[in-house]
Amino acid sequence: MIGSFAGVLFDGFAYGMLLFLLSVGLSVTLGMMNFVNLAHCSFAMLGGYVTVTLMDRAGWPFFATLPVAFLAAAAASVVLERALFRRLYRASDLDQCLLTIGIVFVSVAGAAYVYGTLQQPVQLPDYLRTAVTLGGLRFPVYRLFLIGAALVITVVLVAALEYTRFGARVRAAVDNQRMARGLGIDVDGVFAVTFALGSGLAGLGGALAIEMVGLDPAFAFTYLIYVIIVVSVGGLASIGGSFVAATLIGISDMAGKYYIPQLGAFLIYLVMVGLLMWRPAGLFGRR
Amino acid sequence: MRSRLLGVVSLVGALLVAAPAPAQPTVKIGLIMTYSGQFADAATQMDNGLKLYVKQHSDTVAGKKLEFIRRDTGGIAPDVAKRLAQELVVRDRVDILSGWMATPNTLAGADVSAEARKFMPVMNGAGTLIPTKSPYIARVSFTLPQSAGALGTWAVTKGGFKKAYTMVSDFSPGHEAEQEFQRAFKEAGGEIIGSVRFPVANPDFSAFVQRAKDVNPEAIFIFVPGGVQPAALGKAFHERGVDPKKTKILGSGEVTTEQALKSMGDAGIGIITAWHYDYNINSPLNHAFVKAYREAYGRNPDFFSVGGYDGMHLIYEALKKTGGKTDAEALIAAARDMAWESPRGPMSVDPETRDVVQTIYIRRVEKVAGELVNVVIDKVENVRDPVKARMKK
Repeated sequence: MIGSFAGVLFDGFAYGMLLFLLSVGLSVTLGMMNFVNLAHCSFAMLGGYVTVTLMDRAGWPFFATLPVAFLAAAAASVVLERALFRRLYRASDLDQCLLTIGIVFVSVAGAAYVYGTLQQPVQLPDYLRTAVTLGGLRFPVYRLFLIGAALVITVVLVAALEYTRFGARVRAAVDNQRMARGLGIDVDGVFAVTFALGSGLAGLGGALAIEMVGLDPAFAFTYLIYVIIVVSVGGLASIGGSFVAATLIGISDMAGKYYIPQLGAFLIYLVMVGLLMWRPAGLFGRR
Repeated sequence: MRSRLLGVVSLVGALLVAAPAPAQPTVKIGLIMTYSGQFADAATQMDNGLKLYVKQHSDTVAGKKLEFIRRDTGGIAPDVAKRLAQELVVRDRVDILSGWMATPNTLAGADVSAEARKFMPVMNGAGTLIPTKSPYIARVSFTLPQSAGALGTWAVTKGGFKKAYTMVSDFSPGHEAEQEFQRAFKEAGGEIIGSVRFPVANPDFSAFVQRAKDVNPEAIFIFVPGGVQPAALGKAFHERGVDPKKTKILGSGEVTTEQALKSMGDAGIGIITAWHYDYNINSPLNHAFVKAYREAYGRNPDFFSVGGYDGMHLIYEALKKTGGKTDAEALIAAARDMAWESPRGPMSVDPETRDVVQTIYIRRVEKVAGELVNVVIDKVENVRDPVKARMKK
């Protein structure tokens, strides 16, 4: 009984970390830059396709593909940011929604055109597919790896944004653009880099997620809802908030499915509604 | 300059030559499928299947040229499917409403077929009751109870399993598969020791798999719609340490499609499924079909492809019988007792229910020459849809 409870906790936490990895980039672009980027999962999908292509066609090892997935998504986002998104930083939320959802449709059709509609095979090395047994409990290696990756990313991101000069510039540019410009901060440049960072993280998250959730052109839509839930429950602009929110949602989803499967998919929404009624700005929301 | 002029002249000349001869009589076929969205790949495969048939048999039947009009529902959207069907009938004046995938879309289209009196060959939609909704429907795909029932009986009588657990997606095809498997399994003397239904779009299955594992069944019957989920579920069994030697995984063919097996890797070995088609079926007809398909589209056909292929066969043969007449009464009369040899094996349309009758293959996933394939270990011939067979009694 206790064993199964611990198992549920572990699985839920790992699932939460999967959601966190997918959504942390969005808490940078939507949360910090205040840009409603519904195309977030398109960048994640790009990362996924990069990883699959390199592994399947070029025979790269899984780990070597991860930085490339990050860079590819970041590079693609810089092009889009400079060409399109930049123009809408001060537009209304609705305009931003319309533009980015349009990009999602384009990316879905683009992926279907290039890769076809079929599901992409994701084959990891065997040592990532086994499990370690500890105290009678099985811990799948890949889930352990996801948890580790999420923790590392959280620490690095928080440290970079809170304690480095670049982080200070980003926060200044986001909080008060005119003042930041007046102080000689290259706001355009900072925004471009920040956006690339958020999208790069999306690419990395996508590359890490496909082993568990699969990859086809519908990916950009399927996981959009989950990442938005995580970011809004966590509170905009808060990396730590996204982390906590993803953990809560992951564990409650898993526990709900294990103990009351009849509730099934609804629980995740109930948790979201409950948390947002309690704290409308999200758990760690500042505005 | 001169050469440019020459180019223009020859272009005009080519256009003149290509101008249509006096209109040949046509048969218009409307195809309603999920060309985009979550089930886009199913539509791609089905469209390839029917295109291949047209390519192999010319696009003129009984003196009439076939004209295809394709419409996309974008996913499971019965309202859209119904509107598209209405538009095809009223505006484009189609003679035949075909294609069809996803049960809700197909049921919505059936209304239009019944009202507008249009012949409606169903190439996929698996819901049991579909053919009862319009007298002009003939189905060439499959029903889930067909395979789930055959598998339920087989699991007890030949597989030797006594205790089973069922896990299905919580929507009507899942319910149909679950009920039929449980009924057949119990009738054959087995016992169902638990069941669970999970959401239709479920990214992580580990909690459900843990539940099943807790009660230690000899066999677990699973049903999930195709796409990314079968691989995720297969991996979850492996991760949770469900030992394929102690607990057998049973399922419908969607679970072990070529793509799903590629993603599952060795976690897929040992899964037993019941299905009506696989590209590995060993017959000369299927070998030729797979070869032509691979040449044309660069991949293996699947059950959607063979549905499109057989659907076209039904349309061609029915049109030949009616001499090109397209009224629904004549076409359905021609189609309703048709039997033929398909790449999937012998199949026919049941004259009473207008539903498909075919062989169900029991297959086990094995590694052959380094590749995971469904190896046929047994087959059940002439399987009718068990639900409608019971309704008659």
